[in-house]
Amino acid sequence: MLDQVFVLLKHWLLGYSPVVLQPAVSILLTILPILLVFPVLFALTTVLERKGLGRIQNRYGPNRVGFFGILQPMADAVKSLTKEDIVPASADHTVHFLAPLILLAVAFLPYAVLPIGRNMIAADLDAGVLFFFAIGAISELSVFMAGWSSRNKYSLLGAMRAVAQMISYEVPLLLSSVAVIMAAGSLSTVVIVEKQSGFSGIFPHWYVLTPWGFAGFILFMIAATAETNRSPFDLPEGESEIIAGYYIEYSGFKFALFFLGEYLGMFAISGLGITLFLGGWTAPLPFLTWVPSWIWFFAKLLGLIIGFIWVRGTLPRLRMDQLMNFAWKFMLPMALVVVVSAGAWRFLGQGVTRWLVSLVFIAVAYVLLARGVETRNRIAKRTYRFAE
Amino acid sequence: MSLMSATFFILAAITLVGACAAMMLRGLVHCALAVAIAFAGLGTLYLNLGAQFLGLAQLLVYVGAIAVLIVFVILLTRGGDSDSPPLSRAALPITGLLVAACIFAVLAWAVFHSFAVHSAVPLAAPATVRELGTVLMADYVLPLEVIGLMLTAALIGAAIIAMREKQATQ
Repeated sequence: MLDQVFVLLKHWLLGYSPVVLQPAVSILLTILPILLVFPVLFALTTVLERKGLGRIQNRYGPNRVGFFGILQPMADAVKSLTKEDIVPASADHTVHFLAPLILLAVAFLPYAVLPIGRNMIAADLDAGVLFFFAIGAISELSVFMAGWSSRNKYSLLGAMRAVAQMISYEVPLLLSSVAVIMAAGSLSTVVIVEKQSGFSGIFPHWYVLTPWGFAGFILFMIAATAETNRSPFDLPEGESEIIAGYYIEYSGFKFALFFLGEYLGMFAISGLGITLFLGGWTAPLPFLTWVPSWIWFFAKLLGLIIGFIWVRGTLPRLRMDQLMNFAWKFMLPMALVVVVSAGAWRFLGQGVTRWLVSLVFIAVAYVLLARGVETRNRIAKRTYRFAE
Repeated sequence: MSLMSATFFILAAITLVGACAAMMLRGLVHCALAVAIAFAGLGTLYLNLGAQFLGLAQLLVYVGAIAVLIVFVILLTRGGDSDSPPLSRAALPITGLLVAACIFAVLAWAVFHSFAVHSAVPLAAPATVRELGTVLMADYVLPLEVIGLMLTAALIGAAIIAMREKQATQ
C-alpha cells in the first residue's frame, strides 16, 4: 500500500479530471513530481556537500542561515535571482542564452527512463538505456555552446577540455553498461531491475555482487564522475587554472542553472548506476522488502551522492595527460574485459565455474593493466628545470 | 493519428529550419550547431515513426559524435570566426537546383515503387531492439563483421597517422 502510494495518488487525482484532458493530465502528473523532487534534492545536496567538505577540511561550512545552515540553499537562490545577469559585449547572444536552457532540459530528460520505484517510471521505453545515453550525448554540445559563445579564452579552453573528457569517458561508461545489458538481455530499465530482484539466501541478485558486475560498477562510477565533471575529474572547471571553465561568463540565475544542470546530471547518472548495478528499487535484504521501493531508490541515491562528496574532498585533481592515459590505457581495456567476462558468466550456466572464470578474467586483467600503468609513469625525485 | 501527424509536421519543420540555417548562416560554428538541430530533428522523426533504436542511435551518433567532431574540426583548423560567405554565390543556383531535382527524382521513384505504398496489408509492428539484434547477429552477421573489421582498421589507421605526426615534430 505504502509502496504504491504515489501511483494510487496519481490515479486518484486523474479521476477528478475530465475524460478529454486525461492523457494530458496524466503526463503532467508524471512530469511534475520529477521537476519538483530532484531540484529539492539538489538544494539539499548543496548543503550536504558544503557541510561535508567543511568537515573533511576541518572547518564549519555554512552555519548562519537557519538551523545548522539548513536554509543556505534559500539564501543562495535569492542571491542568484537578484544578481545582475551579465552578457559579455562580444559574446554570441543567442547561443549564450540557449546554452544553459539546453543543458537544463537535457539534464531533466534522462529521468524519464529511471524507475524510481515499483511501477514508478515516466516512460518505459524498449530501449531505455540507449535513450539515457543518447540524451547525455547532447549535453556535450550544450557545454561547448556555453564555452564558445562566451568569447573568452578560459571558457573555450574549459569547453574543449570538457568535451574531450566527456567523449573519452563515454566509451568505458557505455561498455560497462553493455555488460549489464548482455546479462539482463534487455535495454529496458524496468526489465533490468526485475532481473535483479529476488534473493539467494540473504544475498540479493544485484549485478554488483558478481565479479564482472563489481568491476563494471567501479568503472561505471569512475566514468560517471568524469562525465559529470566532478573532482578529481574537474579539469574543465579547475578554479586554479581556468577559473571556472565554460561557465566563467555566466552570472546570476544562468550560473545557477548551470549548477543545477550539473547536479541533476550527477543524480541521473547515479540513478542509472543504481538501476544497472545496485538492483534499482529492490531491497538489499529479504526481510526488508516491506520498506517502500522508492525509499530504497533514494537511499541508494543518497549513498552514492555521499560517495561523490567524499571523493571530492579526498582526491586531488588529475593532470590532462593522466586523465587521458587513465581513460584509454586502463578504463577502456578493463571495460572490454568486463564485457567478455559478463559473456562468459551468461553462457557458463549456474554453478561455481562461472564465478571462477569471471573472477580470473577480472583479476588477471586488473593486475596486468595496473602494472602497465604503473611502469609507464616512473616515479622518481622531481627535477625542476627553472627553479631550484 | 492526428496527434501523430501534428508532431510529424512540427518535427519536420524543425529539421528543415535546421538544415536551411546550416546552409545560410555565416559563422561556421553556427552552421555546425544548426546541423546538430537538423540531426536531432531527424532522430526525433524516427522516434515518431516508432523506430526507437534507429532514432536513439541517430541522436547518439550524429548529435553526440558527428556534430562534436565537426565543431572540433572547425575550431582546430581555422578559428571558426571568419565572416566570409559560405560559397561563391554566382554558380550556385543552377547546380544546386539540378542536384536537388536529381535527388528528389530518385527519392520519389524509390517511394512510389516501395512495398509499403502498394500493399494493402497493414505494416507489421515496429521492430523491437531485441528483434533487430537477433536479425543482425543471425541473418546479417557477415556484413556486421565486415563493418566491424573496417572500423577497426580505420581506428588503427587514425592512430598511426597521429603517431607519425608526433614523431616528425619532435
